[in-house]
Amino acid sequence: MSNERATHGQIWPTQYHIAGLGGVSSAKVTEADVEHAVEVHDAVVLLDRFPALAGLSLQLRAGTVTLVQGPNGAGKTTLLRMLAGLAPLERGSATVLGHDVATEPRLVRASVGLLSPQTMLYDDLTIAENLSFWATLSGHDDVDLMAALERVSMAPFADQRVVTLSTGQRRRAAIAVVAIRRPRLWLLDEPHAGLDQAGRDIVDGLIEDAIEAGATVVVASHELDRVRPLATHVATVAGGIVHAFETVDAGASGA
Amino acid sequence: MSTSLAEPQTATSNSDVTGTSSKLTFALGSASLLGLAVLLVLAFVITDADQRVYDRGVDLEPLLTGQGDAVRLLYVHFPVAMVTYIAFMLNAIGSVAVLWKKSTWWDNTAAAAAEVGVLFCGLTLATGSIWGRPIWNTWWKWGDVRLMTTTILFLIFVGYLAYRRTMTDSRVRAKRSAVVGLIGAINIPIVYKSVDWWQNRTLHQQSTLRDRSIEDLTLFTMIFGMVVFMAIFAWLMVHRFRIGWLEHQAETVGLEAAIIERRAQTSTAISDAVTDSRSSTETGSD
Amino acid sequence: MREIWALARKDLRIEARSKVVATQIVPFAMVILVLFGLALDADSRTLRDLAPGLFWVATLFASVLAIQRSVAVETISSSFEALRLSGAPAWKLFAGKALAVAIQLLAIEAVLGLGIVVLYRSSFQDPVLIVTAAVAATIAIASAGSLYGVLAVGMGVRDTILPMLLLPIMMPVLVAATRAFGDGLGTAALNGWTWTGLLGLLAVIYATVGALAYAVVIEDT
Repeated sequence: MSNERATHGQIWPTQYHIAGLGGVSSAKVTEADVEHAVEVHDAVVLLDRFPALAGLSLQLRAGTVTLVQGPNGAGKTTLLRMLAGLAPLERGSATVLGHDVATEPRLVRASVGLLSPQTMLYDDLTIAENLSFWATLSGHDDVDLMAALERVSMAPFADQRVVTLSTGQRRRAAIAVVAIRRPRLWLLDEPHAGLDQAGRDIVDGLIEDAIEAGATVVVASHELDRVRPLATHVATVAGGIVHAFETVDAGASGA
Repeated sequence: MSTSLAEPQTATSNSDVTGTSSKLTFALGSASLLGLAVLLVLAFVITDADQRVYDRGVDLEPLLTGQGDAVRLLYVHFPVAMVTYIAFMLNAIGSVAVLWKKSTWWDNTAAAAAEVGVLFCGLTLATGSIWGRPIWNTWWKWGDVRLMTTTILFLIFVGYLAYRRTMTDSRVRAKRSAVVGLIGAINIPIVYKSVDWWQNRTLHQQSTLRDRSIEDLTLFTMIFGMVVFMAIFAWLMVHRFRIGWLEHQAETVGLEAAIIERRAQTSTAISDAVTDSRSSTETGSD
Repeated sequence: MREIWALARKDLRIEARSKVVATQIVPFAMVILVLFGLALDADSRTLRDLAPGLFWVATLFASVLAIQRSVAVETISSSFEALRLSGAPAWKLFAGKALAVAIQLLAIEAVLGLGIVVLYRSSFQDPVLIVTAAVAATIAIASAGSLYGVLAVGMGVRDTILPMLLLPIMMPVLVAATRAFGDGLGTAALNGWTWTGLLGLLAVIYATVGALAYAVVIEDT
């Protein structure tokens, strides 16, 4: 097991191991903290006065795959949105990929990829037009769009308007949109929902791609049988906080 | 943050609060009421009507150019108009403070100022209209600069208040209404200039304070009127501010309870592998 | 700059496919012109004198709808969040949306211009003045509207607040644009170019305010 420390220049730590860096970290980012892709302390997030997150704390190391499980209404979606820099913190702190969510939300958003149940595709545009638009907007329009579509098996539908496609096909296209950004942190909210077998396999392949690239993955899902084999950690969320956080023994967390 | 003078009865639960009154408001209120009574007597009884006469020479009848009794209404109209603009300026300042410092205190003040401002703006328009009827021979005069500006100001802030009511999340509401309030405020000089160019004239009386022919009692009544209405404004503001502040406190107390209630939402759906202890600093064993 | 153009082109492309402005809003603007004609029961001479004002009132009403449509395109696709996630700075998001609205408004105004020529017997004495004033006023309307449009996003009670927020602050634009058109259509003896200057100033003010404030207002969509 190597003991490399991630430096500022190294974006994709492929394999590393931290010893003795437990304990509470402050929100101030130090070099050591960069190895924690996600650090959340006592986060309270309000959805119109309702505390969706009620003092949640979580720490995730870079390169890990965390399954977030819990009952409906537990706050899983809000957690992912907060990590994406979309939901403001009422209390507490959160640092994602070295950026403080409260003070640098734009930097957080540029580095993460959020796949949410609502597809962000415009009905009247074709898949290709949607892809091209989102790629340009996020500054990644040099990427090979057709290759991204191939990866999600949507290449034949490239010139079809989104309104003609099924939910599963739209979800796949949305995955391509997010994949183009090559995010360092993947936030997947129920990625398998509504997909057929082939679609589910594509999602799993996506998670594996992300692992290979050294990104950190957080998956909120009810499909425990599918995601657990891929996960290195499991966080159980209920009542707006993390009730349990455990390492998966059979997971790939280093040699 | 709250000023030491204007401290409402702070409460830990809603049942402690019986109202927004205090020694300050009692003093202000009674002084205003008394002052208002004195003002009305002064304005409508003691001071003279405007019987100014323009002497046109030997053969012609002297021309009555004064406003007669209508001028009495000015003792109310003028201070009320002044308070209106002060209130909206306060809203503008509060809006800047909300955007800059994210201050709840200032958001509360801005909201209170807007409400009181709309009230006084309506009064300004009403008293002005009543005053104008005998003078201009009409209830309304399109193209009068100050009338147009005040009317548009009225509409802008009615819209502001309506907009505030569409939001329940207080932080979102503070930010967004601050944007609306500020844009409304910067509009005022624009509107003023536009209408001024448009008509290039105003039927409004030029500033009477500068007119040296006003005798002492008139001047005194005018200034007294301003003082009285400033007191009324302050009284209304204090009450309205406290109402908002108590609402805010109730929300905060509610939040604590809501958080506790939320955390207690465990469910049998949690898988068996869960331990009961809450995890806060675990990074996983490795 | 690429992002701004990509955003505007996206909105215009959606309009080209869905044709909401063309089939709903442009006819609505024409209906207003006809309604005025019926309501005022005036001879053609009066209508011609009133044409500048009627044109701009119709434009303002149509602009409320156009802005609501611009915002609806995003809420239907739940894409406001995605726009924020894209990492593009808020001022560019604003500029792209406002540019698309402005272009659509100019198209509506072109049809309305034809309308007042036909229905109110207007004649374009000074087309350069007319076009310049229209462009300046449109930029002001599109900028303020795009900013306020985001403020009015939401289900339920917030949908209907847009006119009440936008139209009062558009009154100086109305005053100035009507005067400028009065000169340009030859119905009023005044200097339309000074009024166009005011319109230009308003365009700059609202474009700036919109760009600055968009980041604040888009945060909670």
